[in-house]
Amino acid sequence: MSDMSRGKTVAFRGGGFAPKPQRWIGVFVFVTLILLAEWGTRSGWITALTLPKPSDVFDTFRELYESGLLFKHLGPSLSRLVVGAAIGASVGISVGVLIGLFSYIRSGLVPLVAAIFPIPKIALLPLFVIWFGIGEGSKYALIAFGTFTPTVVATYGAVDNVDRTLIRMGQSFGLSWWSIVRKIVLPGAMPGILSGLRISLAIAIILLVAAEMLGAQYGIGAYILEAGSLYDLERLFAGVVILSLLGVFVSFIIGMIERRLLGWRS
Amino acid sequence: MDIRLDAISHSYDDFEVMRDISLDISSGQIVCIVGPSGCGKSTLLRFIGGLERPSRGRVLQLSEPPEGCLNPLTYIFQDFALLPWRSVSGNISLVLDDHGIRGKAAQGIIDDVLARTKLTDFAKALPKQLSGGMKQRVAIARALAVNPAVMLMDEPLSALDSQTRELLMDDLVELWSRQPFTAVYVTHNLAEAVRLGHRVVVLSRRPGQIREVVEIDKPLAEREFGDADLDRAQKHLWQLMRDEARAADAELINV
Ligand SMILES: Nc1ncnc2c1ncn2[C@@H]1O[C@H](COP(=O)(O)OP(=O)(O)O)[C@@H](O)[C@H]1O
Ligand SMILES: [Mg+2]
Repeated sequence: MSDMSRGKTVAFRGGGFAPKPQRWIGVFVFVTLILLAEWGTRSGWITALTLPKPSDVFDTFRELYESGLLFKHLGPSLSRLVVGAAIGASVGISVGVLIGLFSYIRSGLVPLVAAIFPIPKIALLPLFVIWFGIGEGSKYALIAFGTFTPTVVATYGAVDNVDRTLIRMGQSFGLSWWSIVRKIVLPGAMPGILSGLRISLAIAIILLVAAEMLGAQYGIGAYILEAGSLYDLERLFAGVVILSLLGVFVSFIIGMIERRLLGWRS
Repeated sequence: MDIRLDAISHSYDDFEVMRDISLDISSGQIVCIVGPSGCGKSTLLRFIGGLERPSRGRVLQLSEPPEGCLNPLTYIFQDFALLPWRSVSGNISLVLDDHGIRGKAAQGIIDDVLARTKLTDFAKALPKQLSGGMKQRVAIARALAVNPAVMLMDEPLSALDSQTRELLMDDLVELWSRQPFTAVYVTHNLAEAVRLGHRVVVLSRRPGQIREVVEIDKPLAEREFGDADLDRAQKHLWQLMRDEARAADAELINV
């Protein structure tokens, strides 16, 4: 076997470039950062004005929960989020599909969408208050408007990317126009639409705070803004944590929908 | 159902793709179309199926399609064109739904075509779970489900490895022997052409023109892998095509 012992193992140079989910690492990062902040604020090298103590934030959160105020704030916020995002996303998906399918609508609306996309929707809040009233209407409108544009862009991009050979196949079997849209275009565009929704819904949460700037007594956004104006950092952070959790929750829900609807992807 | 191509010519803007193609396709025959790549085979097939219109000339349907024919001109595509989000039987019910065939009637047809293509056990599988050969068999089953008068096949075996190709050719011959169908079969593989074609139409390089139509009389069921007279026919086809293919190849480089 001298032949073998003389040989040199070929150096391995493959592998990598394929990140795999590692279950607990994310939690570990969160916990480490929080512990670091707690240690820093306790030992004093982070001053109380820079960052509140995580344990104080947690206490504030518990008080909020025990006093029942949490749900008083969360209720209106969630309903604003759900109604606003539902309107924005459904109108956005419909308009996006129309842009993806019809030349005239495409030529007419793509520049318009490009024009309204970069407008900071927050700047339009006073206008919405005039149009839709200081009550819930203006809040729904702001969130809906903010969700609408990214959804439109994601949707027509997704429709553009549907495999044309599948559409030709549908035509070659004599499928009706409506069948082709319903059974080929929409399911084919679903991956793109859902990843667009991830972004749109995050934007909806961002706009929630803006929407509650005017004429809101209760709501997570109103709570954060009040705490911010009083420099009450514990409450500010408690509110921010709620928004973060909301974001994680929304992303989890979309992940679930993706697993259910997009199991066919290889 | 007989089909006649009447003096078909076509250009995309200034780009001439084919010139004056006339051809009769008669019932129960498989007509193979071979030619160098880019000579307009796929385009011609799209004209026959009504997916595109030629600049000049017409495609004529010489007789009414037979009774019970849901989609007279039915394609089988090179890349299968299965909906990845539908199961095998879902892909077949897709094309039945629009003809108003649902429920029990649809199930009957689906069971029948799956049995004919030996896919009965895979009715619930998704396309991603199937091998290339099985995917193409699903596409064939889907085409059979609408009871076509003419099957339009665009390099249906080109995406498959050679063993799978042999198996599927056997399957096609078996299907045809049991119930002769009419087909226009586009391929660049001459072995497929002599194995499956009653007539082989050789196109020249772009602009595609008919160079020769080769008749192969031997019955499909008697043709075998490595048959001497098939080899002779294949050699003859290759001689016709060699210069065209070489010239076409050089042209692509010049573009
Ligand atoms: N929609 C189109 N627009 C412009 N040129 C096209 C189009 N479709 C095909 N062609 C051109 O026409 C020629 C014939 O194409 P095709 O029929 O696909 O050839 P084949 O299938 O024989 O390889 C090619 O040179 C191709 O580039
Ligand atoms: Mg082709």
